[in-house]
Amino acid sequence: MNAVVMPAPMRSAKASRAIGVQKRSIFLVCYLVFAILPIYWMVMMSFKTNEEILSSFSLWPKHFTWDNYKTIFTDASWYSGYINSLIYVAINTVISISVALPAAYAFSRYRFLGDKHVFFWLLTNRMTPPAVFLLPFFQLYTTLGLMDTHIAVALAHLVFNVPLAVWILEGFMSGIPREIDETAYIDGYGFPRFFLTIFLPLIKAGVGVAAFFCFMFSWVELLLARTLTSVNAKPIVATMTRTVSASGMDWAVLAAAGVLTIVPGAIVIWFVRHYIAKGFAMGRV
Amino acid sequence: MSSTTKPINQKAWWLVLPVFLCVAFSAVLPLMTVVNYSVQDIISPERRVFVGTEWFAAVMRDEDLHAALLRQLGYSLAVLAVEIPLGIVLALGMPAQGWKASAVLVLVALSLLIPWNVVGTIWQIYGRADIGLLGATLQRLGIDYSYTGNARDAWITVLVMDVWHWTPLVALLCYAGLRSIPDAYYQAARIDGASKFAVFRYIQLPKMRGVLMIAVLLRFMDSFMIYTEPFVLTGGGPGNATTFLSQYLTQKAVGQFDLGPAAAFSLIYFLIILLLCFILYNWMQRVGTADKTGVE
Repeated sequence: MNAVVMPAPMRSAKASRAIGVQKRSIFLVCYLVFAILPIYWMVMMSFKTNEEILSSFSLWPKHFTWDNYKTIFTDASWYSGYINSLIYVAINTVISISVALPAAYAFSRYRFLGDKHVFFWLLTNRMTPPAVFLLPFFQLYTTLGLMDTHIAVALAHLVFNVPLAVWILEGFMSGIPREIDETAYIDGYGFPRFFLTIFLPLIKAGVGVAAFFCFMFSWVELLLARTLTSVNAKPIVATMTRTVSASGMDWAVLAAAGVLTIVPGAIVIWFVRHYIAKGFAMGRV
Repeated sequence: MSSTTKPINQKAWWLVLPVFLCVAFSAVLPLMTVVNYSVQDIISPERRVFVGTEWFAAVMRDEDLHAALLRQLGYSLAVLAVEIPLGIVLALGMPAQGWKASAVLVLVALSLLIPWNVVGTIWQIYGRADIGLLGATLQRLGIDYSYTGNARDAWITVLVMDVWHWTPLVALLCYAGLRSIPDAYYQAARIDGASKFAVFRYIQLPKMRGVLMIAVLLRFMDSFMIYTEPFVLTGGGPGNATTFLSQYLTQKAVGQFDLGPAAAFSLIYFLIILLLCFILYNWMQRVGTADKTGVE
Protein backbone atom coordinates (compact mmCIF):
# COMPACT_ATOMS: atom_id res chain seq x y z
CA MET A 1 0.00 0.00 0.00
CA ASN A 2 2.81 2.31 0.87
CA ALA A 3 4.19 1.63 -2.56
CA VAL A 4 1.81 4.26 -3.84
CA VAL A 5 3.40 6.86 -1.63
CA MET A 6 6.97 5.80 -2.07
CA PRO A 7 8.68 4.08 -5.01
CA ALA A 8 9.22 0.45 -4.10
CA PRO A 9 13.01 0.11 -4.49
CA MET A 10 13.68 3.21 -2.46
CA ARG A 11 11.43 2.12 0.35
CA SER A 12 12.96 -1.32 0.58
CA ALA A 13 16.46 0.12 0.57
CA LYS A 14 15.54 2.53 3.33
CA ALA A 15 13.78 -0.11 5.39
CA SER A 16 16.61 -2.58 5.06
CA ARG A 17 19.06 0.12 6.06
CA ALA A 18 17.11 0.85 9.24
CA ILE A 19 16.90 -2.84 10.11
CA GLY A 20 20.57 -3.24 9.26
CA VAL A 21 21.61 -0.47 11.62
CA GLN A 22 19.55 -2.04 14.38
CA LYS A 23 21.07 -5.45 13.74
CA ARG A 24 24.53 -3.95 13.92
CA SER A 25 23.81 -2.24 17.24
CA ILE A 26 22.44 -5.44 18.74
CA PHE A 27 25.50 -7.27 17.51
CA LEU A 28 27.72 -4.59 19.03
CA VAL A 29 26.00 -4.86 22.39
CA CYS A 30 26.35 -8.67 22.33
CA TYR A 31 30.03 -8.32 21.57
CA LEU A 32 30.55 -5.80 24.34
CA VAL A 33 28.98 -8.22 26.82
CA PHE A 34 31.26 -10.96 25.55
CA ALA A 35 34.23 -8.58 25.88
CA ILE A 36 33.39 -7.32 29.33
CA LEU A 37 32.40 -10.55 31.11
CA PRO A 38 35.91 -12.00 31.59
CA ILE A 39 37.13 -8.62 32.83
CA TYR A 40 34.11 -8.35 35.11
CA TRP A 41 35.00 -11.76 36.50
CA MET A 42 38.55 -10.63 37.21
CA VAL A 43 37.39 -7.41 38.89
CA MET A 44 34.96 -9.32 41.08
CA MET A 45 37.66 -11.83 41.98
CA SER A 46 39.93 -9.04 43.07
CA PHE A 47 37.42 -8.08 45.75
CA LYS A 48 37.02 -11.59 47.10
CA THR A 49 39.13 -13.61 49.48
CA ASN A 50 40.94 -16.69 48.21
CA GLU A 51 38.65 -18.93 50.24
CA GLU A 52 35.57 -17.46 48.64
CA ILE A 53 36.99 -17.72 45.11
CA LEU A 54 37.83 -21.39 45.50
CA SER A 55 34.97 -22.55 47.66
CA SER A 56 31.85 -21.37 45.89
CA PHE A 57 30.45 -19.94 42.70
CA SER A 58 29.07 -16.43 43.12
CA LEU A 59 28.45 -13.58 40.72
CA TRP A 60 29.61 -10.90 43.16
CA PRO A 61 31.69 -10.89 46.34
CA LYS A 62 29.78 -11.87 49.47
CA HIS A 63 32.56 -10.63 51.74
CA PHE A 64 33.79 -7.52 49.99
CA THR A 65 37.47 -6.81 50.72
CA TRP A 66 40.15 -4.31 49.70
CA ASP A 67 42.91 -6.49 51.17
CA ASN A 68 44.23 -7.65 47.82
CA TYR A 69 44.82 -4.08 46.66
CA LYS A 70 46.35 -3.20 50.02
CA THR A 71 48.81 -6.04 49.59
CA ILE A 72 49.93 -4.65 46.25
CA PHE A 73 50.22 -1.02 47.31
CA THR A 74 52.14 -1.76 50.51
CA ASP A 75 54.47 -4.48 49.25
CA ALA A 76 57.45 -2.94 47.42
CA SER A 77 58.03 -6.09 45.38
CA TRP A 78 54.56 -5.60 43.90
CA TYR A 79 54.31 -1.88 43.27
CA SER A 80 57.89 -1.51 42.06
CA GLY A 81 56.90 -3.90 39.27
CA TYR A 82 54.47 -1.30 37.96
CA ILE A 83 57.08 1.45 38.18
CA ASN A 84 59.66 -0.66 36.35
CA SER A 85 57.21 -1.52 33.60
CA LEU A 86 56.17 2.10 33.16
CA ILE A 87 59.81 3.22 32.93
CA TYR A 88 60.86 0.83 30.20
CA VAL A 89 57.61 1.22 28.28
CA ALA A 90 58.05 5.00 28.31
CA ILE A 91 61.70 4.78 27.18
CA ASN A 92 60.73 2.34 24.45
CA THR A 93 57.84 4.46 23.17
CA VAL A 94 59.96 7.62 23.04
CA ILE A 95 62.83 5.93 21.19
CA SER A 96 60.48 4.10 18.80
CA ILE A 97 58.57 7.21 17.81
CA SER A 98 61.61 9.46 17.50
CA VAL A 99 63.54 7.12 15.21
CA ALA A 100 60.44 6.12 13.27
CA LEU A 101 59.34 9.69 12.42
CA PRO A 102 62.19 10.65 10.05
CA ALA A 103 62.26 7.17 8.52
CA ALA A 104 58.53 7.19 7.85
CA TYR A 105 58.92 10.62 6.25
CA ALA A 106 61.65 9.30 3.98
CA PHE A 107 59.54 6.31 2.94
CA SER A 108 56.46 8.41 2.26
CA ARG A 109 58.22 11.20 0.32
CA TYR A 110 61.21 9.83 -1.55
CA ARG A 111 62.44 6.97 -3.63
CA PHE A 112 65.91 5.77 -2.81
CA LEU A 113 68.13 2.78 -3.31
CA GLY A 114 66.43 -0.29 -1.85
CA ASP A 115 63.53 1.59 -0.28
CA LYS A 116 60.92 -1.13 -0.85
CA HIS A 117 63.27 -3.85 0.34
CA VAL A 118 64.16 -1.97 3.50
CA PHE A 119 60.49 -1.33 4.18
CA PHE A 120 59.64 -4.99 3.89
CA TRP A 121 62.77 -5.99 5.81
CA LEU A 122 61.61 -3.79 8.67
CA LEU A 123 58.31 -5.62 8.72
CA THR A 124 60.05 -8.99 8.80
CA ASN A 125 61.47 -8.07 12.20
CA ARG A 126 57.92 -7.83 13.42
CA MET A 127 57.54 -11.43 12.30
CA THR A 128 60.36 -12.95 14.31
CA PRO A 129 59.02 -14.95 17.23
CA PRO A 130 60.37 -13.49 20.49
CA ALA A 131 61.26 -17.02 21.53
CA VAL A 132 63.90 -17.02 18.79
CA PHE A 133 65.63 -14.01 20.34
CA LEU A 134 65.63 -15.16 23.94
CA LEU A 135 69.07 -16.65 24.13
CA PRO A 136 70.94 -14.23 21.86
CA PHE A 137 69.45 -11.27 23.72
CA PHE A 138 70.47 -12.76 27.02
CA GLN A 139 74.07 -13.11 25.85
CA LEU A 140 74.16 -9.74 24.11
CA TYR A 141 72.96 -7.78 27.11
CA THR A 142 75.12 -9.75 29.52
CA THR A 143 78.15 -8.88 27.42
CA LEU A 144 77.16 -5.21 27.37
CA GLY A 145 76.54 -5.24 31.13
CA LEU A 146 72.96 -4.11 30.62
CA MET A 147 71.23 -7.08 32.20
CA ASP A 148 68.47 -6.20 34.65
CA THR A 149 68.25 -2.58 33.53
CA HIS A 150 65.24 -0.77 32.12
CA ILE A 151 67.15 0.25 29.04
CA ALA A 152 67.80 -3.40 28.12
CA VAL A 153 64.10 -4.24 27.98
CA ALA A 154 63.34 -0.97 26.20
CA LEU A 155 65.96 -1.74 23.53
CA ALA A 156 64.82 -5.34 23.15
CA HIS A 157 61.25 -4.23 22.57
CA LEU A 158 62.40 -1.99 19.72
CA VAL A 159 62.49 -5.13 17.57
CA PHE A 160 58.74 -5.22 17.20
CA ASN A 161 57.78 -1.60 17.96
CA VAL A 162 60.00 0.35 15.56
CA PRO A 163 58.75 -1.47 12.43
CA LEU A 164 55.16 -1.04 13.57
CA ALA A 165 55.65 2.67 14.27
CA VAL A 166 57.27 3.23 10.85
CA TRP A 167 54.44 1.36 9.18
CA ILE A 168 51.65 3.31 10.89
CA LEU A 169 53.34 6.72 10.54
CA GLU A 170 54.12 6.12 6.87
CA GLY A 171 50.42 5.59 6.28
CA PHE A 172 49.48 8.85 7.95
CA MET A 173 52.22 10.82 6.23
CA SER A 174 51.31 9.57 2.78
CA GLY A 175 47.91 11.13 3.37
CA ILE A 176 49.43 14.63 3.58
CA PRO A 177 49.76 16.24 0.16
CA ARG A 178 53.34 16.83 -0.92
CA GLU A 179 52.50 20.39 -1.97
CA ILE A 180 52.67 21.36 1.69
CA ASP A 181 56.33 20.32 1.88
CA GLU A 182 57.18 22.06 -1.37
CA THR A 183 55.49 25.31 -0.35
CA ALA A 184 57.33 25.29 2.96
CA TYR A 185 60.70 24.71 1.29
CA ILE A 186 60.02 27.52 -1.17
CA ASP A 187 59.17 29.77 1.76
CA GLY A 188 62.65 29.12 3.07
CA TYR A 189 61.99 26.58 5.77
CA GLY A 190 64.81 24.15 6.46
CA PHE A 191 63.96 20.49 6.95
CA PRO A 192 64.17 20.38 10.77
CA ARG A 193 62.10 23.52 11.22
CA PHE A 194 59.54 22.47 8.62
CA PHE A 195 59.28 19.01 10.15
CA LEU A 196 58.82 20.17 13.73
CA THR A 197 56.63 23.24 13.24
CA ILE A 198 54.51 22.36 10.22
CA PHE A 199 54.57 18.65 9.48
CA LEU A 200 54.45 17.20 12.99
CA PRO A 201 51.26 19.05 14.00
CA LEU A 202 49.60 17.74 10.83
CA ILE A 203 50.24 14.11 11.72
CA LYS A 204 49.79 14.29 15.46
CA ALA A 205 46.87 11.88 15.14
CA GLY A 206 49.26 9.37 13.60
CA VAL A 207 51.80 9.95 16.35
CA GLY A 208 49.05 9.34 18.91
CA VAL A 209 47.97 6.08 17.31
CA ALA A 210 51.55 4.87 16.83
CA ALA A 211 52.45 5.76 20.43
CA PHE A 212 49.40 3.89 21.65
CA PHE A 213 50.40 0.74 19.78
CA CYS A 214 54.03 0.98 20.96
CA PHE A 215 52.86 1.44 24.52
CA MET A 216 50.48 -1.46 24.25
CA PHE A 217 52.85 -4.02 22.74
CA SER A 218 55.64 -3.14 25.14
CA TRP A 219 53.32 -3.16 28.14
CA VAL A 220 51.92 -6.63 27.58
CA GLU A 221 55.07 -8.45 26.44
CA LEU A 222 56.25 -11.05 28.91
CA LEU A 223 58.86 -13.40 27.49
CA LEU A 224 61.66 -10.90 26.73
CA ALA A 225 60.92 -8.65 29.70
CA ARG A 226 61.14 -11.56 32.07
CA THR A 227 64.32 -12.99 30.57
CA LEU A 228 66.26 -9.71 30.62
CA THR A 229 65.46 -8.72 34.19
CA SER A 230 65.85 -10.26 37.61
CA VAL A 231 65.43 -7.79 40.47
CA ASN A 232 66.04 -4.11 39.77
CA ALA A 233 63.99 -3.80 36.62
CA LYS A 234 61.56 -6.65 37.14
CA PRO A 235 58.32 -5.80 35.32
CA ILE A 236 54.88 -6.34 36.73
CA VAL A 237 54.08 -9.12 34.27
CA ALA A 238 57.00 -11.10 35.67
CA THR A 239 56.06 -10.32 39.25
CA MET A 240 52.66 -11.77 38.53
CA THR A 241 54.07 -15.14 37.55
CA ARG A 242 55.49 -15.30 41.07
CA THR A 243 52.07 -15.86 42.61
CA VAL A 244 52.20 -19.44 41.41
CA SER A 245 53.78 -20.79 44.56
CA ALA A 246 53.86 -23.95 46.59
CA SER A 247 50.71 -23.01 48.46
CA GLY A 248 48.81 -22.85 45.18
CA MET A 249 47.66 -19.83 43.22
CA ASP A 250 47.03 -16.60 45.07
CA TRP A 251 44.08 -15.91 42.79
CA ALA A 252 42.73 -12.89 44.61
CA VAL A 253 45.95 -10.85 44.63
CA LEU A 254 46.65 -11.95 41.07
CA ALA A 255 43.25 -10.66 39.99
CA ALA A 256 43.84 -7.34 41.76
CA ALA A 257 47.24 -7.01 40.07
CA GLY A 258 45.60 -7.83 36.73
CA VAL A 259 43.00 -5.11 37.22
CA LEU A 260 45.77 -2.63 37.98
CA THR A 261 47.66 -3.57 34.80
CA ILE A 262 44.68 -2.44 32.73
CA VAL A 263 44.57 1.03 34.30
CA PRO A 264 47.57 2.74 32.59
CA GLY A 265 46.49 1.44 29.20
CA ALA A 266 42.93 2.61 29.72
CA ILE A 267 44.25 6.09 30.52
CA VAL A 268 46.42 6.14 27.40
CA ILE A 269 43.58 5.09 25.13
CA TRP A 270 41.36 7.72 26.71
CA PHE A 271 43.85 10.34 25.52
CA VAL A 272 44.19 9.03 21.96
CA ARG A 273 40.53 8.15 21.43
CA HIS A 274 39.83 11.28 19.38
CA TYR A 275 42.84 10.63 17.19
CA ILE A 276 41.75 7.09 16.53
CA ALA A 277 38.25 8.37 15.78
CA LYS A 278 39.60 10.96 13.36
CA GLY A 279 41.83 8.17 12.35
CA PHE A 280 43.51 7.93 9.05
CA ALA A 281 41.29 10.80 7.95
CA MET A 282 43.91 12.28 5.66
CA GLY A 283 42.55 10.02 2.96
CA ARG A 284 45.36 7.59 2.32
CA VAL A 285 43.45 4.56 3.46
CA MET B 1 53.81 3.08 -0.89
CA SER B 2 52.76 4.29 -4.29
CA SER B 3 55.90 5.59 -5.85
CA THR B 4 54.70 6.93 -9.17
CA THR B 5 55.47 10.60 -8.63
CA LYS B 6 57.90 10.46 -5.73
CA PRO B 7 61.24 12.12 -6.43
CA ILE B 8 64.39 10.05 -6.17
CA ASN B 9 66.57 11.26 -3.34
CA GLN B 10 69.41 9.09 -2.05
CA LYS B 11 69.93 11.45 0.87
CA ALA B 12 66.68 10.09 2.33
CA TRP B 13 68.84 7.23 3.56
CA TRP B 14 70.07 9.53 6.31
CA LEU B 15 66.53 9.73 7.63
CA VAL B 16 66.21 5.96 7.64
CA LEU B 17 69.59 5.43 9.26
CA PRO B 18 68.46 5.67 12.93
CA VAL B 19 65.80 3.03 12.38
CA PHE B 20 68.28 0.93 10.49
CA LEU B 21 70.81 1.06 13.33
CA CYS B 22 68.18 0.38 16.01
CA VAL B 23 66.78 -2.63 14.28
CA ALA B 24 70.18 -3.89 13.22
CA PHE B 25 71.34 -3.76 16.82
CA SER B 26 68.34 -5.56 18.24
CA ALA B 27 67.52 -7.90 15.39
CA VAL B 28 70.45 -8.58 13.07
CA LEU B 29 73.06 -9.19 15.77
CA PRO B 30 70.87 -11.69 17.66
CA LEU B 31 69.87 -13.35 14.41
CA MET B 32 73.54 -13.85 13.55
CA THR B 33 74.01 -15.58 16.89
CA VAL B 34 71.17 -17.92 16.05
CA VAL B 35 72.70 -18.71 12.67
CA ASN B 36 76.00 -19.35 14.43
CA TYR B 37 74.39 -21.84 16.82
CA SER B 38 72.46 -23.59 14.13
CA VAL B 39 75.57 -25.00 12.50
CA GLN B 40 77.35 -26.12 15.66
CA ASP B 41 76.99 -28.83 18.25
CA ILE B 42 77.46 -27.07 21.56
CA ILE B 43 78.55 -29.63 24.07
CA SER B 44 79.78 -27.05 26.56
CA PRO B 45 80.66 -23.34 26.22
CA GLU B 46 84.26 -24.32 25.42
CA ARG B 47 83.62 -27.36 23.26
CA ARG B 48 81.83 -26.71 20.01
CA VAL B 49 81.84 -28.81 16.88
CA PHE B 50 80.89 -27.58 13.46
CA VAL B 51 78.15 -29.80 12.10
CA GLY B 52 77.03 -27.99 8.96
CA THR B 53 73.43 -28.51 7.99
CA GLU B 54 72.93 -31.57 10.14
CA TRP B 55 70.53 -29.86 12.54
CA PHE B 56 68.45 -28.52 9.69
CA ALA B 57 68.09 -31.99 8.25
CA ALA B 58 67.19 -33.37 11.67
CA VAL B 59 64.60 -30.66 12.27
CA MET B 60 63.03 -31.16 8.85
CA ARG B 61 62.52 -34.84 9.61
CA ASP B 62 61.09 -34.20 13.06
CA GLU B 63 57.57 -35.67 13.08
CA ASP B 64 56.52 -33.74 16.19
CA LEU B 65 57.49 -30.56 14.43
CA HIS B 66 55.34 -31.42 11.42
CA ALA B 67 52.39 -32.02 13.71
CA ALA B 68 53.00 -28.74 15.55
CA LEU B 69 53.28 -26.89 12.24
CA LEU B 70 49.97 -28.31 11.00
CA ARG B 71 48.27 -27.41 14.27
CA GLN B 72 49.74 -23.94 14.01
CA LEU B 73 48.52 -23.42 10.45
CA GLY B 74 45.03 -24.61 11.32
CA TYR B 75 44.94 -22.37 14.33
CA SER B 76 46.17 -19.24 12.51
CA LEU B 77 43.68 -19.78 9.68
CA ALA B 78 40.86 -20.18 12.20
CA VAL B 79 41.98 -16.98 13.93
CA LEU B 80 41.89 -15.03 10.66
CA ALA B 81 38.60 -16.57 9.55
CA VAL B 82 36.87 -15.52 12.76
CA GLU B 83 38.56 -12.27 13.73
CA ILE B 84 38.68 -10.41 10.42
CA PRO B 85 34.94 -10.62 9.57
CA LEU B 86 34.01 -10.11 13.21
CA GLY B 87 36.25 -7.06 13.45
CA ILE B 88 34.78 -5.55 10.27
CA VAL B 89 31.18 -6.04 11.41
CA LEU B 90 32.09 -4.65 14.81
CA ALA B 91 33.69 -1.55 13.27
CA LEU B 92 30.58 -0.99 11.13
CA GLY B 93 28.42 -1.09 14.23
CA MET B 94 30.50 1.25 16.36
CA PRO B 95 28.99 4.73 16.76
CA ALA B 96 30.82 7.46 14.85
CA GLN B 97 30.77 10.31 17.33
CA GLY B 98 29.62 11.55 20.73
CA TRP B 99 30.25 10.16 24.17
CA LYS B 100 28.97 6.76 23.00
CA ALA B 101 31.79 6.51 20.50
CA SER B 102 34.39 7.27 23.16
CA ALA B 103 32.89 4.82 25.62
CA VAL B 104 32.62 2.01 23.07
CA LEU B 105 36.20 2.63 21.86
CA VAL B 106 37.61 2.35 25.35
CA LEU B 107 35.52 -0.71 26.21
CA VAL B 108 36.48 -2.47 22.99
CA ALA B 109 40.18 -1.70 23.44
CA LEU B 110 40.33 -2.89 27.04
CA SER B 111 41.23 -6.48 26.29
CA LEU B 112 44.23 -5.40 24.21
CA LEU B 113 45.84 -3.78 27.22
CA ILE B 114 45.86 -6.81 29.46
CA PRO B 115 49.27 -8.47 29.75
CA TRP B 116 49.27 -11.77 27.95
CA ASN B 117 49.87 -13.97 30.94
CA VAL B 118 47.01 -12.23 32.74
CA VAL B 119 44.80 -13.04 29.75
CA GLY B 120 45.69 -16.69 30.22
CA THR B 121 45.06 -16.47 33.93
CA ILE B 122 41.68 -14.80 33.51
CA TRP B 123 40.50 -17.49 31.13
CA GLN B 124 41.97 -20.22 33.27
CA ILE B 125 39.59 -19.34 36.08
CA TYR B 126 36.79 -18.06 33.82
CA GLY B 127 36.57 -21.47 32.14
CA ARG B 128 36.67 -23.61 35.25
CA ALA B 129 33.50 -25.61 35.64
CA ASP B 130 33.31 -25.21 39.42
CA ILE B 131 34.20 -21.56 39.99
CA GLY B 132 34.37 -19.86 36.57
CA LEU B 133 31.50 -18.01 34.96
CA LEU B 134 31.92 -19.55 31.50
CA GLY B 135 32.61 -23.09 32.70
CA ALA B 136 29.79 -23.05 35.22
CA THR B 137 27.31 -21.63 32.73
CA LEU B 138 28.17 -24.28 30.15
CA GLN B 139 27.92 -26.95 32.81
CA ARG B 140 24.45 -25.74 33.78
CA LEU B 141 23.39 -25.84 30.16
CA GLY B 142 24.27 -29.50 30.25
CA ILE B 143 27.44 -29.29 28.16
CA ASP B 144 30.23 -31.40 29.52
CA TYR B 145 33.01 -28.86 29.16
CA SER B 146 36.57 -29.13 30.41
CA TYR B 147 39.51 -27.32 28.86
CA THR B 148 41.98 -29.40 30.82
CA GLY B 149 40.61 -32.82 29.97
CA ASN B 150 39.17 -32.56 26.50
CA ALA B 151 41.43 -31.74 23.54
CA ARG B 152 38.65 -30.18 21.46
CA ASP B 153 37.44 -28.02 24.33
CA ALA B 154 40.98 -26.85 25.01
CA TRP B 155 41.51 -25.88 21.37
CA ILE B 156 38.22 -24.01 21.20
CA THR B 157 38.92 -22.23 24.47
CA VAL B 158 42.31 -21.04 23.20
CA LEU B 159 40.63 -19.83 20.00
CA VAL B 160 37.80 -18.03 21.82
CA MET B 161 40.35 -16.47 24.14
CA ASP B 162 42.29 -15.20 21.13
CA VAL B 163 39.11 -13.86 19.53
CA TRP B 164 38.27 -12.08 22.76
CA HIS B 165 41.80 -10.75 23.08
CA TRP B 166 42.58 -9.64 19.53
CA THR B 167 39.38 -8.90 17.58
CA PRO B 168 39.47 -5.35 19.03
CA LEU B 169 42.71 -4.71 17.14
CA VAL B 170 41.01 -5.52 13.84
CA ALA B 171 37.96 -3.52 14.85
CA LEU B 172 39.98 -0.44 15.84
CA LEU B 173 41.96 -0.45 12.61
CA CYS B 174 38.81 -0.88 10.49
CA TYR B 175 37.07 1.80 12.51
CA ALA B 176 39.90 4.23 11.76
CA GLY B 177 39.58 3.34 8.07
CA LEU B 178 35.81 3.87 8.08
CA ARG B 179 36.13 7.30 9.68
CA SER B 180 38.22 8.47 6.73
CA ILE B 181 35.27 8.15 4.31
CA PRO B 182 33.83 11.59 3.49
CA ASP B 183 30.09 12.02 3.99
CA ALA B 184 29.72 12.97 0.33
CA TYR B 185 30.30 9.33 -0.64
CA TYR B 186 27.37 8.17 1.46
CA GLN B 187 25.15 10.97 0.13
CA ALA B 188 25.98 9.99 -3.43
CA ALA B 189 25.17 6.38 -2.65
CA ARG B 190 21.85 7.41 -1.08
CA ILE B 191 20.89 9.36 -4.17
CA ASP B 192 21.74 6.36 -6.32
CA GLY B 193 19.56 4.23 -4.03
CA ALA B 194 22.46 1.88 -3.39
CA SER B 195 21.74 -1.04 -1.10
CA LYS B 196 23.55 -1.39 2.19
CA PHE B 197 25.60 -4.22 0.78
CA ALA B 198 26.58 -2.13 -2.22
CA VAL B 199 27.69 0.69 0.08
CA PHE B 200 29.78 -1.78 1.99
CA ARG B 201 31.21 -3.50 -1.05
CA TYR B 202 32.02 -0.46 -3.18
CA ILE B 203 32.65 2.33 -0.66
CA GLN B 204 33.54 0.98 2.75
CA LEU B 205 35.52 -2.12 1.86
CA PRO B 206 37.88 -0.41 -0.64
CA LYS B 207 38.46 2.39 1.84
CA MET B 208 39.39 -0.14 4.51
CA ARG B 209 41.84 -1.95 2.26
CA GLY B 210 44.97 -0.37 3.73
CA VAL B 211 44.07 -0.93 7.36
CA LEU B 212 42.71 -4.39 6.61
CA MET B 213 46.05 -5.36 5.17
CA ILE B 214 47.76 -4.24 8.37
CA ALA B 215 45.16 -6.12 10.40
CA VAL B 216 45.46 -9.37 8.46
CA LEU B 217 49.26 -9.35 8.52
CA LEU B 218 49.47 -8.43 12.20
CA ARG B 219 46.94 -11.03 13.24
CA PHE B 220 48.55 -13.66 11.06
CA MET B 221 52.08 -13.19 12.35
CA ASP B 222 51.06 -12.72 15.95
CA SER B 223 48.85 -15.79 16.01
CA PHE B 224 51.67 -17.71 14.38
CA MET B 225 53.92 -16.75 17.27
CA ILE B 226 51.38 -17.23 20.05
CA TYR B 227 53.05 -18.45 23.20
CA THR B 228 52.07 -16.96 26.53
CA GLU B 229 48.30 -17.40 26.51
CA PRO B 230 48.07 -21.13 25.71
CA PHE B 231 51.11 -21.72 27.90
CA VAL B 232 49.32 -20.26 30.90
CA LEU B 233 45.89 -21.66 30.06
CA THR B 234 46.60 -25.23 29.04
CA GLY B 235 50.37 -25.68 29.14
CA GLY B 236 50.09 -27.08 25.61
CA GLY B 237 47.81 -29.92 26.61
CA PRO B 238 45.86 -32.02 26.97
CA GLY B 239 48.34 -34.20 25.12
CA ASN B 240 49.67 -31.96 22.38
CA ALA B 241 46.36 -30.40 21.40
CA THR B 242 47.43 -26.80 22.00
CA THR B 243 51.20 -27.08 21.62
CA PHE B 244 51.90 -24.54 18.92
CA LEU B 245 55.23 -23.78 17.28
CA SER B 246 56.59 -21.24 19.78
CA GLN B 247 55.91 -23.54 22.64
CA TYR B 248 57.51 -26.47 20.90
CA LEU B 249 60.55 -24.29 20.26
CA THR B 250 60.80 -23.13 23.87
CA GLN B 251 60.46 -26.72 25.08
CA LYS B 252 63.38 -27.64 22.89
CA ALA B 253 65.60 -24.65 23.65
CA VAL B 254 64.98 -24.24 27.37
CA GLY B 255 63.55 -27.58 28.44
CA GLN B 256 65.98 -29.93 26.70
CA PHE B 257 68.70 -27.31 26.16
CA ASP B 258 69.35 -28.47 22.60
CA LEU B 259 70.76 -25.17 21.37
CA GLY B 260 71.83 -26.34 17.92
CA PRO B 261 68.54 -27.92 16.84
CA ALA B 262 66.59 -25.14 18.55
CA ALA B 263 68.51 -22.53 16.58
CA ALA B 264 68.00 -24.40 13.31
CA PHE B 265 64.32 -24.70 14.15
CA SER B 266 64.17 -20.95 14.93
CA LEU B 267 65.50 -20.11 11.49
CA ILE B 268 63.09 -22.43 9.71
CA TYR B 269 60.24 -21.04 11.81
CA PHE B 270 61.23 -17.50 10.90
CA LEU B 271 61.47 -18.37 7.20
CA ILE B 272 58.01 -19.97 7.23
CA ILE B 273 56.46 -16.81 8.71
CA LEU B 274 58.40 -14.65 6.28
CA LEU B 275 57.28 -16.68 3.28
CA LEU B 276 53.62 -16.78 4.31
CA CYS B 277 53.56 -13.06 5.08
CA PHE B 278 55.20 -12.30 1.75
CA ILE B 279 52.57 -14.32 -0.10
CA LEU B 280 49.76 -12.74 1.90
CA TYR B 281 51.17 -9.24 1.39
CA ASN B 282 51.50 -9.59 -2.36
CA TRP B 283 48.15 -11.30 -2.72
CA MET B 284 46.39 -8.53 -0.83
CA GLN B 285 48.19 -5.86 -2.86
CA ARG B 286 46.92 -7.53 -6.05
CA VAL B 287 43.37 -7.97 -4.79
CA GLY B 288 43.42 -4.35 -3.72
CA THR B 289 44.51 -2.96 -7.08
CA ALA B 290 42.10 -5.20 -9.00
CA ASP B 291 39.41 -3.79 -6.76
CA LYS B 292 40.41 -0.23 -7.49
CA THR B 293 40.33 -0.59 -11.25
CA GLY B 294 36.95 -2.28 -10.86
CA VAL B 295 35.48 0.73 -9.08
CA GLU B 296 36.96 3.59 -10.97
